Amino acid sequence: MMGWLPVALLAVPLLGASLLLISPGSLRPVLRVYGLAFSGLTLALAVMLAATFDYAQAARPQFTVDQPWIPGLDLRFHLGVDGISLPLVVLTALLTFLCFAYLSWGDARGPGQLRASATGRPRALVFTLLVLEVGMIGTFLALDLLLFFVFFEIVLIPMYFLIAIWGGRGRRGAAIKFILYTLLGSVVMLLGLLLIWSQTGTLDIVALGQAHGAGMSRAVQILAFAAVGIGLAVKTPMWPLHTWLPDAHTEAPTVGSVLLAGVLLKMGTYGFARIAIPVLPEGAVAIAPWLGALAVVGIVYGSLACLAQRDLKRMIAYSSVGHMGFVLLGFATLTTVGINGALFANVAHGLITGLLFFLAGAIKERYGTADMPSLGGGMLATLPHLGAVLTFAAIASLGIPGLAGFWGEMLSLLGAFQPAEALPRGLFLVFMVIGGLGAVLTAAYFLVMLSRVTHGLPARTVPSLVATHPGPAEEPPASAAGLGPDGPGAGAEAAGERPEASETEPFVPEATIEGMRDIRGYELVAWVPLIVLILVFGLWPKLLLSLTTPAVQTLLGALS
Amino acid sequence: MTIFPLLAVLLPFVAAFAGLLLSRRPHFRSPGTPETRRAAGRRRAAWFAVFPTAASAVLATWLAWGPGFAFLEGASPGEPVGRTYGTIVTGGIPISLTLQADDLSAILGVLVTFVALAVQVYSVGYLHDDPRYPSYSAFISLFTSAMLLVVYAGDLLVLYVGWEIMGLCSYLLIGHWWEDRANSRAAVKAFLVTRLGDVGFLFGIFVLGVSAGSFRIADVLAKVPEMSAGTLVAATMLLLAGVAGKSAQVPLHTWLPDAMAGPTPISALIHAATMVAAGIFIVARLFPAFLAARPTLDVLAVIAALGMLGAALAALAQDDLKRVLAYSTVSQLAYMAGGLAAGSDSAAIFHLLTHGAFKALLFLCAGAVIHHVGSNLMSQMGGLRRTLPVTFVTMTVGFAALTGIPPASGFFSKDALLLTMERALTGGRLTDAAALLLYGCALATVAVTGAYATRAWLRTFLGEARVVALPEPEPGTAHVVDVREAPRTMLVPIVLLAVPALLLGFAGGVHLDLGVAAISVVLTLLGGGVVYAFWRGDPAADPARVLGPFLGPCERAFYVDGLYAAVFVRPVLALARLVVRTDDRVVDGAVRGSGRTMQGLSGMLRLVQNGNVQLYVTGLLAGVLLIVVGAVVFA
Repeated sequence: MMGWLPVALLAVPLLGASLLLISPGSLRPVLRVYGLAFSGLTLALAVMLAATFDYAQAARPQFTVDQPWIPGLDLRFHLGVDGISLPLVVLTALLTFLCFAYLSWGDARGPGQLRASATGRPRALVFTLLVLEVGMIGTFLALDLLLFFVFFEIVLIPMYFLIAIWGGRGRRGAAIKFILYTLLGSVVMLLGLLLIWSQTGTLDIVALGQAHGAGMSRAVQILAFAAVGIGLAVKTPMWPLHTWLPDAHTEAPTVGSVLLAGVLLKMGTYGFARIAIPVLPEGAVAIAPWLGALAVVGIVYGSLACLAQRDLKRMIAYSSVGHMGFVLLGFATLTTVGINGALFANVAHGLITGLLFFLAGAIKERYGTADMPSLGGGMLATLPHLGAVLTFAAIASLGIPGLAGFWGEMLSLLGAFQPAEALPRGLFLVFMVIGGLGAVLTAAYFLVMLSRVTHGLPARTVPSLVATHPGPAEEPPASAAGLGPDGPGAGAEAAGERPEASETEPFVPEATIEGMRDIRGYELVAWVPLIVLILVFGLWPKLLLSLTTPAVQTLLGALS
Repeated sequence: MTIFPLLAVLLPFVAAFAGLLLSRRPHFRSPGTPETRRAAGRRRAAWFAVFPTAASAVLATWLAWGPGFAFLEGASPGEPVGRTYGTIVTGGIPISLTLQADDLSAILGVLVTFVALAVQVYSVGYLHDDPRYPSYSAFISLFTSAMLLVVYAGDLLVLYVGWEIMGLCSYLLIGHWWEDRANSRAAVKAFLVTRLGDVGFLFGIFVLGVSAGSFRIADVLAKVPEMSAGTLVAATMLLLAGVAGKSAQVPLHTWLPDAMAGPTPISALIHAATMVAAGIFIVARLFPAFLAARPTLDVLAVIAALGMLGAALAALAQDDLKRVLAYSTVSQLAYMAGGLAAGSDSAAIFHLLTHGAFKALLFLCAGAVIHHVGSNLMSQMGGLRRTLPVTFVTMTVGFAALTGIPPASGFFSKDALLLTMERALTGGRLTDAAALLLYGCALATVAVTGAYATRAWLRTFLGEARVVALPEPEPGTAHVVDVREAPRTMLVPIVLLAVPALLLGFAGGVHLDLGVAAISVVLTLLGGGVVYAFWRGDPAADPARVLGPFLGPCERAFYVDGLYAAVFVRPVLALARLVVRTDDRVVDGAVRGSGRTMQGLSGMLRLVQNGNVQLYVTGLLAGVLLIVVGAVVFA
């Protein structure tokens, strides 16, 4: 029943992308509405999926489609949704839609804004984002190992172009590093998947999950888990396989960063919950202590790296390493509580870090740099609303209860307090303590960042991007002096088109000195849903936990 | 009535959001100049702030009406009023959303709501022309809600939610005047130090909850007799970390004096009367678990003994009036902790109540003084009894209660605490050394308390007025007003708080031990008398010179801050820089290195592909020859 919904979720953005290829010229005038319409339709379908989902049976895949695709390879077009993938599908559709909303209504300053038709290559951008959406949603829907892998790989290419074309100054290097690193990981993962296939003779994730590793010896399971795990760990990213992430995030355009942090990282962790742990339970037990150890190293390492970071976007990127450490720690415990925590932290991180990257993009767009010493502080005085939302997002990210960031971390730690029977408890207690200290460090770097950026008096006259007479003389001082690593690139691209300073809203706060505008309407449209969801999941965690709990209990069937 | 605890929590919570979102829009349905519109927004925020808090106060009073002071009298616990609003599945032990008021919660709810109400009313006047008053009052509402959640929670994890949100509000309010970097630093420090303790607290909850199989407080307490001693000691020690952080006890006390950077009403509400008392409250809440863990009680006794005397000595040497009161808070909270360690939760809670009243009063009075003088420093005050008569009288009541002069409230509660500590000497759960240290320090602290309170009182209100021409105050200091006394919104809460500060001691029946009472009054008078004698000798000089060579260490609070900076803060920052370097050179260096290695290897292969046809043909022939030879040999 309703099997068409997952297919439609993939078909709508794919149709949108292919129409762009077929009739390039005629769609140009409606391009801004075009991406919005297709991603909006996808979001509507995702909401419909969530509305018609049978919550009493969240443990089993629903809306399944199972058609033979390439019989010679035993490849089937097998899609479905359960309690684990449903939140991620909706999150993906939502974030993509918000990205389009951000791009469509924005003015022409940011790189790749859809109104900047001359420099921004808007048609290519819409096409790239729609293809990206197909890959991301497909990854979360796939119930066939090879199909999962195909979607997993499809995502890389649009993301590569997103960074390489619309990125910052060092975009080429970052994009090449991103694609080579993740491709290398994927190759290892493919080997692991083929190992599973050769041993069990099936690629069906549901069947493999129900078999709980039957048909594979312990050694094979360990080998397969390690191979699949490495591939997923690169994407997550797990320490020490994370170094592609800061570069990619720093150079990617705002929407690229948002989707990278909000969805792409989730594909790695989702793979652990969907494939690695249920299909290879014995391998999971053997490798879980290593996974946990690398996870807590990542938590502390990421936090420390953030503490000494100068660039705001780079800091948020490293904070992802820390937060994903909590997710991996939750998986490593192999308990319902821990995996629930990991899945919760997954979604929460998507919302919060997505918001943080939106904010970092908005700051970079206004100040011309994301270098914190050059920003100079006092944002609550110059841009009070932006400063307030930044404070909110940072506080949510450091895990205050009542906001979404808390429950996942807390449940991960609770899982580590009492890990699965087969795991060494003493070791996981050490992990728990280190993770707890990492939470303090997380608070430290976010508060130091807020202190540096939002507090204090505005130290210098901030560079105005809204100039009365455009020209090269209006380059921001920071980039002219070569202070910020990203300053000149962003400044040069921003110099392309400038909006009129006379464009006013009914109420302009008096604090918008130097021509910088506080939060704009289109930014509010993109951010408010995230803020609301962070509050909702924080205040009512049951919403998500009651969805994932039965599914997690099923996937842990062999262990409990 | 079972829904009252929920309503009491929700009303200020909703008010916080309303205050933040609705009062920030000056163009909202009102004509006029920007100034009048902003004033209208502020008025709206004031109503959002005061009314829900008042409603919560009524609900809390209603809830406390039945049990009254039953907890202080040691009566058998009554049936808690409240209900469970569902459970959150976690896959393991569920979290039950229970909000209820038992004897202990009921009286604390009254304290919290009334002090919060007094502070909200007072703030209307105190922050009269602060442009950020709406967010300020909204954060106080959020804090009130979180504290009530802690007080009424029936589940440890729900309690933890409120516990952490209080910390957040404390951070936001200490940093209210964020233009000054020092305030921002103080806010960050307060949050991080308490958060460090909170991690231990959370782990303590895990230990208790997992070994009891439930996070419900009632279930946990019911399972305490079955738990092993090791479990209980581990759990209570971990909880103690959170208690030390929140209640500013040694060794996590350093944030509280710096927290005085916040507006004075915040110091009264959060950093004296309610939030810092939450640590004491949680020990009383889980008191059976602590009583069963004797090593924890010993540790608590030593912490309390060191904290009460050290903080009192530090208070004696401070020049900043608010820092005097802050160290006094640390010292008084240590009294309560000592009472708990000595085995009486009712005496500790009794002192918590009276302290909440008189310390809030002292801070609000100090706010009025600072408002008038325009400076926090006592060296710029003096002779204020004529210009601020109402503040003088009420603050004298507050100091009397602090030092324990009869019949003020502090006299009775301190007497109950000292009695408990004395009894612990002969037959308690403490080891002899710990009990002796505790009682000795407590008696010494009584004298030092008398000394520092007398000093502050003399330097503020008596002597010659030291009027200094003041520059326009920086953000972060109070605003100077030219009226003789503070505005009515500030005076009314002060006068109303003076009543419980004076009379709360008679609550729950008077149980006085004359011997202990006599000792404590004599010690107080001794401490006060010495300071008075020094002051009489030279009213212009600081009587703190009584400390002699110890003045320096006391003023710097025994250099603990410097020690922590050297041992924790700087190494962590150095480690952070090391991580960034390592990440770039080693971890990413390996990645880049592998790329370069590949390029090098491919460069070697490229040598072969040089486009020289002769070389290709030579290679081809050599290959054919090799195959032929191989075929002949192996065939």
